[in-house]
Amino acid sequence: MATDYQKITLDGLWTNNPALVQLLGLCPLLAVTGTVVNALGLGIASILVLIGSNLTISMFRHFVPDSVRLPVFVMVIASFVTCIELLMQAFTYELYTILGIFIPLIVTNCAIMGRADAFACKNPVGASLLDGIMMGLGFTLVLVLLGAMREILGLGTLFTDMNLLFGPAAESWKITLVDDYSGFLFAILPPGAFVGMGLIVAAKNIIDQRLEERRKQQPKTPSEGPKRARITGNIS
Amino acid sequence: MALIRITSPHTHRPGNTGDVMRTVILATLPGMAAMTFFFGWGTLIQILWGCLLAVSFEAAIIKLRKRPVSFYLQDYSAIVTAVLLGLAIPPFAPWWVMFVGILFAIAIAKHMYGGMGSNPFNPAMAAYALLLVSFPVQMTSWSAPFVMVGEGWSIISFIDSLQFIFSGIQPALYDAFSMATPLDVMKHKGGFTTEEMWYQSPLLAEGIGAWHAVSAAYVMGGIFLLYRKIFTWHAPVAMLGTLAAVSTLFFLIDPDNYPDPFFHLTTGATMLAAFFIITDPVTSCTSNKGKLWFAAGIGLLIFIIRSWGNYPDAVAFAVLLMNLSAPFIDQYTQPRTYGHAKAKRGMKGNS
Repeated sequence: MATDYQKITLDGLWTNNPALVQLLGLCPLLAVTGTVVNALGLGIASILVLIGSNLTISMFRHFVPDSVRLPVFVMVIASFVTCIELLMQAFTYELYTILGIFIPLIVTNCAIMGRADAFACKNPVGASLLDGIMMGLGFTLVLVLLGAMREILGLGTLFTDMNLLFGPAAESWKITLVDDYSGFLFAILPPGAFVGMGLIVAAKNIIDQRLEERRKQQPKTPSEGPKRARITGNIS
Repeated sequence: MALIRITSPHTHRPGNTGDVMRTVILATLPGMAAMTFFFGWGTLIQILWGCLLAVSFEAAIIKLRKRPVSFYLQDYSAIVTAVLLGLAIPPFAPWWVMFVGILFAIAIAKHMYGGMGSNPFNPAMAAYALLLVSFPVQMTSWSAPFVMVGEGWSIISFIDSLQFIFSGIQPALYDAFSMATPLDVMKHKGGFTTEEMWYQSPLLAEGIGAWHAVSAAYVMGGIFLLYRKIFTWHAPVAMLGTLAAVSTLFFLIDPDNYPDPFFHLTTGATMLAAFFIITDPVTSCTSNKGKLWFAAGIGLLIFIIRSWGNYPDAVAFAVLLMNLSAPFIDQYTQPRTYGHAKAKRGMKGNS
């Protein structure tokens, strides 16, 4: 089976983005995107789990009977999540406490389970690895975008507390966009996440629509030329 | 608003949305006047500023949606939203409170759901709930009713009010006259009984009449609308009746902890809601029976949220919750079709 790496990449990042198109994994997506650092932390954790699970499941795809594949997937994903959880506990403890229950809940993230069942168990290792990376990246990009939107609206800052993830050097990354901002609590609260998510999905649809329109207009011009280029005789 | 005219003459002028909305705006005038009289120029400035914003946002969004701008602006619905929100928020809230509120009301609560006639939630109440959740400090600091506490009417002049709202320069006297609303005080009375609460806040005991008067002004406007047949009696009566009944029950059981029904009816946004908010034909129920259930639900929810909820006033949340249930109520309260025995769908209604 020939694998189209370009298509896999594009699927993960845009056309079949787990957050924007498949609308999978919304629970952590909506719950932890109050600030960029939380979003990025969960995003990176999800990427690592997704890469690990896709790789492993793809390697063992010929040995796992179809009837018990889901429990096996869960086992694999759960082991990776446990690893990530312990790693976060060791290196980014404060972020680990902030994200709380949403780290173990990565196990039940349907985006990861979905990729395992829909892609990794049917495709070779290389393609599955790439799929894991790209799907994870696509998911993380949406998380960070939503986190940034909500942080700017809600707190008037960007990249607050990045030191939780990148060490003390990142403490100065914080950008205060509006001084003396009185805070727009709605953006930080769950309803703000839903509205923000809706706006991002709408924006993606608008971009897709525009691209589609442009694609439709383009082929008309070149197709008219060659039609009559070789005509030698008379046309009745 | 289709009304059946039984007696001759049978020709009648086909009403349009703009007429209805203009009458509603006219009916808010007594309330607007009372608010200005008791709480200073702030309310008037907020309403004018809100109208300006509402019309601009509405025009911009209609243009974006490629619809005829002047046709939709003529239905005045944006202005009604702005007036209602302006009456509901504190008179001296900073300018951006109104800005955020109107933007949310027009862009998200109204046009994202398909514009006038398709919005499931009352735009003004959606905006109010958003503001209350987002800016608790600005949304709960009210000014005292100047007249009632022994000061002249224009203690904060028009220019001072403008400066206060738009550039945040606080008039010298303002601090002495900022206070919580009666409902807020009632919510945070702590261990006091309702009786003791009045002694604890003399400013409130003196000024409570202002809220009563504003409520009375809304009732006047409401009766005018009822007389002009803009809406039927069902919704206001059901809502006020339920609220009065439930609050009387609890007041009789435990008068120390629950305020009397008169307090519930005449403070906060009860009257504004009863006559101007829940009578919105778009977001409420359609049939008369449905209106009764819808409004009774709001009355009950107002009491529940006021008594045991986190926020002092409950009108916005109660209205939004019942807006959400309106289609469901409509499903079960379909009136009998003339000539048919019972409704085909839902619970077999007989109204």
